[in-house]
Amino acid sequence: MRHLLSTEDLDVATATSLLDTADTLKQTLLGREVKKLPTLRGRTVVTLFYENSTRTRVSFEVAGKWMSADVINVSASSSSVGKGESLRDTALTLAAAGADCVIIRHPASGSAHRLAGWLDEAGTQVINAGDGMHEHPTQALLDAATLRERLGELAGRRIAIVGDLLHSRVARSNVHLLRTLGAEVVLVAPPTLVPAGAQHWGAEVRHELDPELPKLDAVMMLRVQAERMHGGFFPSAREYSIAYGLNEARLGMLPEHAVVLHPGPMLRGMEIAPAVADSPRAAITQQVSNGVHVRMAVLYHLLAGEEITA
Amino acid sequence: MASRQAADATDPAGQRELLSAGDVARTIARIAHQIIEKTALDTGNSDVVLLGIPTRGTSLAHRLAAKISEFSGVTVPTGTLDITLYRDDLRHRPNRPLEPTSLPARGIDNTLVVLVDDVLFSGRTVRAALDALRDQGRPRAVQLAVLVDRGHRELPIRADYVGKNIPTSRSEDVAVRLAETDDADCVVLRREGGE
Repeated sequence: MRHLLSTEDLDVATATSLLDTADTLKQTLLGREVKKLPTLRGRTVVTLFYENSTRTRVSFEVAGKWMSADVINVSASSSSVGKGESLRDTALTLAAAGADCVIIRHPASGSAHRLAGWLDEAGTQVINAGDGMHEHPTQALLDAATLRERLGELAGRRIAIVGDLLHSRVARSNVHLLRTLGAEVVLVAPPTLVPAGAQHWGAEVRHELDPELPKLDAVMMLRVQAERMHGGFFPSAREYSIAYGLNEARLGMLPEHAVVLHPGPMLRGMEIAPAVADSPRAAITQQVSNGVHVRMAVLYHLLAGEEITA
Repeated sequence: MASRQAADATDPAGQRELLSAGDVARTIARIAHQIIEKTALDTGNSDVVLLGIPTRGTSLAHRLAAKISEFSGVTVPTGTLDITLYRDDLRHRPNRPLEPTSLPARGIDNTLVVLVDDVLFSGRTVRAALDALRDQGRPRAVQLAVLVDRGHRELPIRADYVGKNIPTSRSEDVAVRLAETDDADCVVLRREGGE
């Protein structure tokens, strides 16, 4: 694995190996007072974030630091990007300064691929930490890790992804990965929030949530991304919540073993009722802690192996 | 003449069997006796812990614990210590999968840890194991048991218990096969470029 740009690039063996590595790392660090491994000593990892983020950036930073890499955080607002420097020049500067890996979050879809193209020659590896409405592969991996912990193997499981599919990179990454791992995926959203071509993703598309609930092993709620919406996609937040919000009555319609996931940040009361978010059926904080181990596994797979000569 | 005899014992695939299944069993029994004697296990010393280095070291640690129990009646806590994350050659080899680390419930603080591995070569694996141990706790002392010592040390490390010393050339490879992970028990010497 040279870069991690999309879950479409992951075959079953690689995806399973990443999840197994994350699981072993979790067990390795469990109950340890000092959570520090020397594995990536001397490697430099840069997080380059053009969008605000709490959990992804912190999670990558913690993952890198727990493996002894030198982690440098660059945010667009506090760097030369603010002076008008292009993504390419910023990236080449980071590579020239010795970055072994650049973790990028960018509002433009496809930016991580472009970056990987520019940095390939320098031997710098790229991890996509969310590019526009395209992909967020480590989020999909941590969701899969959480589902594996709660449900066991994912093959044959039925998982719904509910909400703002149109603006969601999490949904795309999850559909690819869950299908690779053998799960059945159903997408549930109002027609206005279903992206064009979603019927070709290999998942069923539905517009009503209630009939799906009794058949599910897991339900993954998405955030309504108001910041990406230019126009009316649904009449009102209240109406959206009535049709697609996961409330206590809907939680009751799910099978006993079914798990509730949300990539965060949550809009409590709109996509998910507070009582559901805080219920033991929800695995939301478990997702965050798995995020660190999954990102450690990704850094290990990318940076610890044989040195790549460009 | 000697080299001719060695050549005669080598099969067409370039392998020579150094220890048979019977030899492996006898060697493990002998190391078990030595551990009992050196650690005074049978006279009330109850702080000994065997930690195998995956993959074959783990199997050996369990076999040693079984033999120790058979000979002395003492059950020795056994665990696994994966050292992959502590290796200093990670960038020079293809990625290797991680193995779980599992320590006895009592931990390793103030215990006598006997590290168990199949082959002692450069000593770098043992160095990594010592680093990994330091992150797990503070043993009272650490000893090392290996089935084969093939020489070519790159660090000042020696084993406390050695099954068999096998002088080798750097172009040769010593392969330990155990029934738990391979088809049978044996130790073979392979020429580079062999199987």
